[in-house]
Amino acid sequence: MPRPIPEYSVGIVTPQRLHFDEPLVLRSGKSIAAYDLMVETYGTLNAARSNAILICHALSGDHHAAGYHSDSDAKPGWWDNCIGPGKPIDTRKFFVVCLNNLGGCAGSTGPTSINPETGTWYGPDFPVVTVRDWVNSQARLMDRLGISQWAAIIGGSLGGMQVMRWSISYPERLRHAIMIAVAPKLSAQNIAFNEVARQSITADPHFHNGRYLEHGTYPKKGVMLARMVGHITYLSDSAMRDKFGKNTEELPSDAIKSNFGRDMRTGKLSFGLDVDFQVESYLHYQGERFSERFDANTYLLMTKALDYFDPTVDYDGDLSKAFENSQCRFLLMSFSSDWRFPPERTREIVDALLKARKPVSYLEIDADQGHDAFLLPVPRYMQALSTYLARISDEVNA
Amino acid sequence: MRADLDIIQHWIAPGSRVLDLGCGDGSLLEYLKRTKGVSDTGLEIDERKIHACLEKGVNVLQQDLNKSLTNFCDKSFDTVLLTQTLQAVSYPDVLMDEMLRIGRNVIVTFPNFGNWRSRWYLTFKGRMPVSNFMPYQWYDTPNIHFCTVRDFDALCRERQIKVITRTVVDHKHQGSWMIRLWPNLLGETAIYHLSR
Repeated sequence: MPRPIPEYSVGIVTPQRLHFDEPLVLRSGKSIAAYDLMVETYGTLNAARSNAILICHALSGDHHAAGYHSDSDAKPGWWDNCIGPGKPIDTRKFFVVCLNNLGGCAGSTGPTSINPETGTWYGPDFPVVTVRDWVNSQARLMDRLGISQWAAIIGGSLGGMQVMRWSISYPERLRHAIMIAVAPKLSAQNIAFNEVARQSITADPHFHNGRYLEHGTYPKKGVMLARMVGHITYLSDSAMRDKFGKNTEELPSDAIKSNFGRDMRTGKLSFGLDVDFQVESYLHYQGERFSERFDANTYLLMTKALDYFDPTVDYDGDLSKAFENSQCRFLLMSFSSDWRFPPERTREIVDALLKARKPVSYLEIDADQGHDAFLLPVPRYMQALSTYLARISDEVNA
Repeated sequence: MRADLDIIQHWIAPGSRVLDLGCGDGSLLEYLKRTKGVSDTGLEIDERKIHACLEKGVNVLQQDLNKSLTNFCDKSFDTVLLTQTLQAVSYPDVLMDEMLRIGRNVIVTFPNFGNWRSRWYLTFKGRMPVSNFMPYQWYDTPNIHFCTVRDFDALCRERQIKVITRTVVDHKHQGSWMIRLWPNLLGETAIYHLSR
């Protein structure tokens, strides 16, 4: 953690583990008898209990959205650039709640938890959870916290899908739905990438049909590969050119000066299978870091939740019908270079909302960073969030 | 408030659904929301103006009205507004058709190029008119489709567009008996209330 604590940081935060005893019936028909949710909160709930904001995390996120857990933390929470005193999601004005979703691997009940029925890890027996199941569990968390209506629910990517589900399933329980870099459902191409990720995990000899913990091992290579292919889809071509097309000066003098337009690692070709280009070692590094902290079974569950998401299933495939009962206002934002959930996918949601005659604002942010932009401090994006949330604060803190 | 806006607000029913194409900083929609309780939607492409809409709490969509409005359903708004923008769009006639499809009625305001000042400027200087009202040079103007009141009347006739009300005002936004007599010569801003 940087010293002194940065002025705009929520500082040291401590997550809490909340236990829920009432069984949760899942969309699959299965149920979880009891479960824990890891939750982090920032800011203070006002007397009217009206200033609460729920943050929904995406595929690899968790409850630790802002601040630091200890002095030795090198990095803050995953959305620290957006949450804190004076930041767009201003903790001086809002009570911010973020949780690790069911099936996760950061403390909430998931594949790495002990299954009370067997006395061993759930592993592959953990039921498939869907976005709807998460939202139902989040509604219980809301009751536990004594909040009857969220001032806003905010999420990017898979997090945005949870926001969408909230606006459909619990229309009276949120004032504003803020969805960023989101699609109404995955495209065949999106599912294809997810399937490659799943195959790389399940094909790892250390996977043992998901019972790797019982075998005292871990499908590290598989998770690395899954993350590498995922990571490529989060970046744009131009973001990669930017990252890996510049540093010729740093190479030794006898290096190949053309650099192939993509940064080389040493300036010399290996003429073998060694890493020649920096993008390769970058992906290895990203995969490696990820595999150290993320559970393989959780990754499989998360990608399934993405694949299964389709809010129109109960509405004859008509998204505008799904929104018919929604009561909140909507803000959607997309990023120009996002090819995972490109602007036209977000506009499908905007158009459905227009058709359903719901109040909606939509911004298309020019950004080079691809899908990843939703996690980055892109100035126009941050400014729009700030402005929109300042108005919400005026509504709920009046 | 701009005086043309002051005139058109009387044509908007309380609680109605209003779509403002090229809504700018959202002032008009904010005013209509506050005073008439309308459901507001604005279209804008300028980032700073979009931001100003968010500041005002106006629902704004970043969408280019020159491209396509097919994402709006037939008769999904009571009133569709286009204020001082018609002369800057790529296909004014296509846009008019689209507006009349989306809205039950349409309000259009535009600068009248048939005004005597433009005529005088062109006749005696032989150059494209530049004034406080139309401050651009010919090469950098966003106004690519200027028309006169008479031109617009002709378009309405050709396209069988019903003119509910036509008001033409001068630069003080007043309509004297002289302007009513010679709207195309004396009027500076034309304000039309239309339906089909």
